[in-house]
Amino acid sequence: MTTGENSTPGAAAQAAAPGGPPTALFALAWLWVGVPMAYGIYELVLKVTKLFTGG
Amino acid sequence: MAPGLLDRSRTVAPPGWSRWLIPPAALSVHLSIGQAYAWSVFKPALESSLNLSGTASALPFQLGMVMLGLSAAFGGTLVERNGPRWAMTVSLLCFCSGFLLASLGAAVEQYWLVVFGYGFVGGIGLGIGYISPVSTLIKWFPDRPGMATGIAIMGFGGGALIASPWSAQMLESFGSDSGGVATAFLVHGLVYAVFMSLGVLLVRVPAEGWQPPGGKRPQEQQSRKPLVTTANVSARSAVRTPQFWLLWVVLCMNVTAGIGILEKAAPMIGDFFADTSTPVSAAAAAGFVALLSLANMGGRFLWSSTSDVIGRKNMYRCYLGVGGLMYLGIVLLGDSSKPLFIVCAMVIISFYGGGFATVPAYLKDLFGTYEVGAIHGRLLTAWSTAGVLGPLIVNWIADSQEAAGRSGAGLYGLALSIMIGLLAVGFVANELIRPVNPKHHLPEPASAAGQAEGTAGHEGGAEHKEATGR
Repeated sequence: MTTGENSTPGAAAQAAAPGGPPTALFALAWLWVGVPMAYGIYELVLKVTKLFTGG
Repeated sequence: MAPGLLDRSRTVAPPGWSRWLIPPAALSVHLSIGQAYAWSVFKPALESSLNLSGTASALPFQLGMVMLGLSAAFGGTLVERNGPRWAMTVSLLCFCSGFLLASLGAAVEQYWLVVFGYGFVGGIGLGIGYISPVSTLIKWFPDRPGMATGIAIMGFGGGALIASPWSAQMLESFGSDSGGVATAFLVHGLVYAVFMSLGVLLVRVPAEGWQPPGGKRPQEQQSRKPLVTTANVSARSAVRTPQFWLLWVVLCMNVTAGIGILEKAAPMIGDFFADTSTPVSAAAAAGFVALLSLANMGGRFLWSSTSDVIGRKNMYRCYLGVGGLMYLGIVLLGDSSKPLFIVCAMVIISFYGGGFATVPAYLKDLFGTYEVGAIHGRLLTAWSTAGVLGPLIVNWIADSQEAAGRSGAGLYGLALSIMIGLLAVGFVANELIRPVNPKHHLPEPASAAGQAEGTAGHEGGAEHKEATGR
C-alpha cells in the first residue's frame, strides 16, 4: 500500500511507502500552513467574544 | 538539456506520492494571496503618511481585484498548459515583487508606485495564484473534487484572518509613517515569498493512469449522476455554451447577495438594534464582522464538501433558495431577535463562501477536467461584476432610504428585498442548467490526452487540437 492509497492525511502519514514522501514531510507541510491558520483563527475568536460580552 | 525545475515533466508525482500533500501546497498559495482582503489595515497609515483620501488609499486593492479577474480569465489557458508549479511560481514572483515595488513606492513617497506594484503586478499574482491549484486538486481528488477545492479556496478566506492582525502588529512595531509602511511591505514581500515556496516545491500532478486510492472511483463513474460528465470540453468551447453563462449568473447573483451583507455588516447590526434595549457597541459589531469571516471560511470547506454527497445542483439550490429564506428572515424578523439576525447572516455568508468553493467542481461536472482551471478563470469575471454590483446596490439604497428619513432596520429593507430577488434569479438560472450538448465535447483522443495531463498529456491535447484544426 502506498501513501497515495490512503483516504485521510493521518492514515497517509502513518503508512509512508517505499519511494513515497516521508512522514516528516507531511508534518512539515501541514504545520507550515496549519500554524498561521491557527493564529488567524485565534485572533478572530478573540474578536468574536466581544460580540457576546459586549466589550 | 535537462528540463528545468518548472518544467511539467518535473512535477509528475513519483509512485507512492500522497495526494494529501497537494492541499497544503495549494493552501500555502491561497493563504498568502488571501492577504488582499486585509488591505484595509494599511489604509489609515497610507492616508496619514502620504496625505491620501480614503478613495485614493483603496486604489491598490481595487486595481488588484480587477487584475485578479483579468489575469484569471486570460491566464487560465497558460496555467493549464504550463502546469501548477509554473503558475505558483508566477504567482509568487508577481505577488511578492508587487509588495517590494509598493515598499519602494512608500519609501520614496511615490504613491503611483504603490498602486502599480501592489495593484497591477501583485494583482496578476492574485489571479494566477487563485486558479493555480484548482485543476490539479480536481485531478488528485476525482472522488471528492468539492472537498479538495474547498480546502484551497477556504485558504483564500483564511488569508485575511492571518494578515489582518499580523499586518496591524507590524505597523505598530515599525510605525505608521512612510518608512514604517515601506518596511512592513518589504517584510510582507519577503515572508510571503518564503511561505509560498512550499507550494512551488511540493505541488505534483498525478502520473498517467493514476487512480484514486482504496478503490474509490471518480464521481463520474459512481452511481449515475446526470450532470456529471465523462466527456471534456475545451475552455474556448465552454464559453460558447449556455451552461457556462447560466453558471456565471448563478455565481454572480450568489456573490452579489453575500457582498451585500459583508459590505455593511458592522453598521447594519448597529442600525437593526439601535432602538432596542440591547444596542450593539462598536466592539461588538467588530465581533459580528469577525464571526461572519469565520462563517465565510468555514462555509467554503463545509458546503463544498457536502456538494460531493448531495450533488452540485442541489447545493446551489440550498445557497440560493435557503439563502433567500435567510434574507427573508432578516427582513421580517431580524430586528426582533439578535440571535436570529446573527444566525441568518452567518448562514448567508457561509453560502457566499460555499458558492466560491463549489463552483470549480460544478465546472468539472459540466465540462470535464481537461481545461477546468482555464474555464474557472473565465468564470471569475462574475466575481468582479458582483464586487461592483453588491456594494453599489446596498450603499446606494441605504443612502437613499436615509435621505427619505428612514432609520434603523428600515434603512435596509428594500436592499435586502432586492437581494432576495437576485437570489431568485440565480435559483432559476441554476434550475436551467442541463448537461452540455455533446457537439461541444472534445473528440476522444484529445480527451484521453487531456485526462493524462498529469504526465505530458496536456501538451498532447494541445498538439491534438492543433492537428485537428480546432
